[in-house]
Order: sequence, then structure tokens, then C-alpha cells
Amino acid sequence: MTGWLGPDEWQAVLLSLKVSFWATLASLPLGLWVAYVLARRQFPGKQLLNGLVHLPLILPPVVTGYLLLISFGTQTPLGRTLEAMGIVFAFRWTGAALAAAVMAFPLMVRAMRLSIEAVDPKLEQAAATLGASRLWVFLTITLPLILPGVIAGAILAFAKAMGEFGATITFVSNIPGQTQTIPSAIYAFLQVPGGERAAWRLVVVSVVIAMGALLLSEWVARRAAGKVREP
Amino acid sequence: MTLSVAMQHRFDGFELNVAFEAPTGITVLFGRSGAGKSTIIDAVAGLLRPETGRIVSDGEVLFDSTTGETTPPHRRRVGYIFQDARLFPHLTVRQNLGYGRWFAPKTAPREDLGRIVDLLGIGHLLARRPAHLSGGERQRVAIGRALLASPRIILADEPLAALDEQRKAEILPYFERLRDEVSVPILYVSHAAAEVARIATTVVALSNGRVARQGPAADVLSDPAITPIGVRAAGAMLDAQVTQHHNDGLTTLETAGAKLLLPRVTQPPGTHVRVWIEAQDVMLATQRPSGISALNVLKVRVNELRFGAGPGVLVQLAFGDAMLLSRITRRSADALSLAPGAEVFAVLKAVSVARDAIGEQPNA
Repeated sequence: MTGWLGPDEWQAVLLSLKVSFWATLASLPLGLWVAYVLARRQFPGKQLLNGLVHLPLILPPVVTGYLLLISFGTQTPLGRTLEAMGIVFAFRWTGAALAAAVMAFPLMVRAMRLSIEAVDPKLEQAAATLGASRLWVFLTITLPLILPGVIAGAILAFAKAMGEFGATITFVSNIPGQTQTIPSAIYAFLQVPGGERAAWRLVVVSVVIAMGALLLSEWVARRAAGKVREP
Repeated sequence: MTLSVAMQHRFDGFELNVAFEAPTGITVLFGRSGAGKSTIIDAVAGLLRPETGRIVSDGEVLFDSTTGETTPPHRRRVGYIFQDARLFPHLTVRQNLGYGRWFAPKTAPREDLGRIVDLLGIGHLLARRPAHLSGGERQRVAIGRALLASPRIILADEPLAALDEQRKAEILPYFERLRDEVSVPILYVSHAAAEVARIATTVVALSNGRVARQGPAADVLSDPAITPIGVRAAGAMLDAQVTQHHNDGLTTLETAGAKLLLPRVTQPPGTHVRVWIEAQDVMLATQRPSGISALNVLKVRVNELRFGAGPGVLVQLAFGDAMLLSRITRRSADALSLAPGAEVFAVLKAVSVARDAIGEQPNA
């Protein structure tokens, strides 16, 4: 495949996979927690949290990217604090991962929240009467029952992260090998004369990865759901 | 071991205010649907917080509104048998049974898995998932799961209500065995009189959010003033001994010096059983009737007449040390000039007593 794809293109594909993988994995625990809180708890400010989570879905991606830039840029207080701790987002692949994670977060939370809401709280109560603390109830009852939803949410987030363009390019620019993911690379190739062939190859790769992810999620979710079918 | 409950709670414009004790054996909370029975049981389990009250199990305070003390549900060690079983769909029967046991303190007295599995007849189901069980099987697994959690109290919320008659008949004997073999208090919610009569050691009759009467099952059920689920379901519970099975499908039982002929019971001669006789199946006559198809005619004495709002009268009848209830019209009571102390004859058709109205007596 390296022969078919040029080195720049290959680099963009690998970077996209890396960025999306880490964006999904790192936001998974937080996404699960937020989904659980939104599905099961009542607290003041719940609607505000819900709105905040959904914001990246409705804001123009460029706006989200710009907000990330002014929050996490190297000249900002937050950026400097993180830099002191050895974490830099600006113009690095980590920044691309952060942008992808933020943009994919609402989709992930939505899928997980729906699956948590579908779990009968009566089962969780039953587990509590049998001696399971809240954490154990979550680990042994809720989590296994929502596994199809968690997987669906994660794969949806991965696919969204693979396609993220606007926020990424605004926040971390389009640096080959650093922040140039597949969409940025396609955009860059289309800006130069004779770049269409390279762009086309990346389009094909995009379609293959997206279809593959979708089929995988369907298969995994169906297997998991088959085991926990309600009586 | 004893469970003592005192609680007050308001919900849906209804006020519940009760206090009772549940000793070892089965204590039935008996009342209409919506009388607050499940609310009480949820409060004992810790799934609901009463407005005020105090719940003590075996000397340990589970809830006390004056001190604000409350034990979270997972530390109360109750075995809750839900009406809808609530088995975990992603676990096998064996894993469901083991779930509570895994969280029980290592020092807690342990029920033996094999013994419980035998008691409930679920050995062949261990590898299955709940989706592949019938309603009765599911409920039996739910009972086993609660027992194996080493509970200090067993709570059963109408565990038979969702089942058909055949399944009920299948599971009731397990509760009879539980009552006699397990040493923890069992709090059992029911609105079915015949079920209560079969299994209860103690009855707490609830009416309008209050305890109308509590005491030994036979006393509470034969009290004509206590009809928590309405006069239509009133009746009395007789302790009887099986004396003889006949070839024509009938069985003779002896109760309080009198003989009863009933459709064949399953228990062998010599067994002590409980028989539930509905008040509306008992007719009264001032003279011993002759040329009548009914097989049972008992000489009884009128103890009390209880007039309700409708055209009926509930008559409490005594014979030996036992009580019967008869539900007749006010007009008949007047025509027969019934009054406390009158000697009359109670007439009972053998076929009016259903087979599932007969169950085993608790071990003394």
C-alpha cells in the first residue's frame, strides 16, 4: 500500500488513525461519566451541562477551533500551565486529537446516554439489595448492559474524529507530519495544481476506513446485544 | 431475630402510618393494592426513605429519622424477592444465584448452594440465561438469589402476583418450606387471602394506611371486623389433620373435633394442613338440613354479626376452638333471627374448596 500511496499521503493516513484513536480512547471515560450523570442523576445545572456537551455539534467548527486556540494556545494562562506540566496542544498532533475529541464528544455522549436510559433502574436496585455498592452496580450490571451502546458511541466518535477538519485546521493548522490529517491533506492537495490524484487516493482510503468502522461496530454491537437480550 | 418497623410517609395524597413487628416465620402485610404495602417493604430495603420512622433489624438500626441514621441498601443485607423477578439478563442462572453471595460478608452464615438449588428444583437451569426461563422458573431463581445473599431479612413483594394459577401452585410450597426451614424473618406482601392463609405465621392487616390488626394468622383472618381486601374475599383459616383418602376422590380431614369432606388433598394421612374457607361458600341453617347435596354440615355457634354498608352480613361462627366466617344477606340473618349465642348449622359444599386453598401447617 505504501507503493500506491505517496509518503505524504501515507503519513496523513497514519496520523489520522493515531489522532482518532487517542481522541476516542481518552474521551471514553469522561464521555461515559457525563452520559451516566445526564441519564441517571438530577442536579441543578443539568441542562447547562447538557448544553455545553452539545455545543460543538451546533457551533461552526471554526468557532470551536478558535475557542480551543484562545484557551490552549501557548500564550494563554491555561496553555502556559499545561506547558509547564509538559503538555502542549498548540500545533502538535495532540492538539489535533483534542480538537477531534471535543468535536466527537456530543455524538459519543448521546449514544451512551440513550443506552444507559434503556437500562431498567429496577435491575440496579435489585443489585443494590444484593449488597453491591454504586460502583459495583455500575461495573457488574449497568456497564455490561450498555456495552453495545458504549461500543457504538466509541466507533461513532472515531469516525467523526477521522473526518474532523474545521476545528483542527483552525486550532493546530495544517502541518504535514504534525497536524495534517486525511481531511487537511485532501484540502492541501486540492490547493496545488495536479494534486487531484493524491486527493482521490485519500478519498478512497477515507471511505474504506469509515465503512470498515461502521461494519465493525454493527457486528460488535449485535454480538454484545445478543448476550443481554431482555427476557 | 425480629424486624421492627415504625414509619410514616405521605405519597400521592395518601398517608401511611404503621408500626409492627415481624418475628421469625412469615409475616404477611395484607391489604388492597395501593394500601402502601410495597412502600413499607421498599423502606425496609432502603430503596425509599420514609418521612419519619425507625426500622430496626435484630437490634441494628437501619433507619432512624430522629438521628438521621440510614444504612444504604447494599449494607442492609435484605433478600428482596421482587414481583417481577428482576434477574440480571446478561448473567446465567448460576451467576445470578451467586451475585449476592459474592458481596455478603465472609463471616455471614452461608446457605449451601446445592441445598437451595434442590429446595427450589432449579438444578437443570443453572447454565441458562433468564430469557430462556418460564415465569415460574424465573421467580424460583429470584427466590434462590435472595436466599443465597445470606440475608438477615427476606422481603417478598407479591412474588406470585404475576404468575398464573398453575405457577402459583408450583411456588407456594417453596414458601411453606422456607417458613419452616429458614431462621430469618420473612416479610411477605400479598393481597390474596388464600395465599395469606396458606403461608402466614403472623398477619399485619393494613387498611387506609394504618395497621387494622396484627397477630397470629388464624386470629386476624377470622376477625369479621378485619376485611382488608373487602368482604368478598373474607374467609377463615382452619388447622386440620388429614385422616383418610377415599376412592371416590375425596378426603376426610379433622378439625376442632369436626370432620370435613373435601376434594382429595395431596398430603398423606396424618399431615397437619391449613384449609382456607371463603365466607361466601358457607351457608347457614337453623335446623340440620336433610336431603341436601352439600357434604359438610357442622354444628356451630354464632359469635358475632358484622353489618357492613351493603346488604350483606359477615357472621363469625365458633366450633371447638376454631372459627369460620359466613357471608349471608341481612335479610337472611333477620329471617333466621341470628344473634350471638345462637346454635346453627353451617353448610359447606366440598367442591367449593379449591385444592390450592390447602397447604401445610408451619412447624410448631
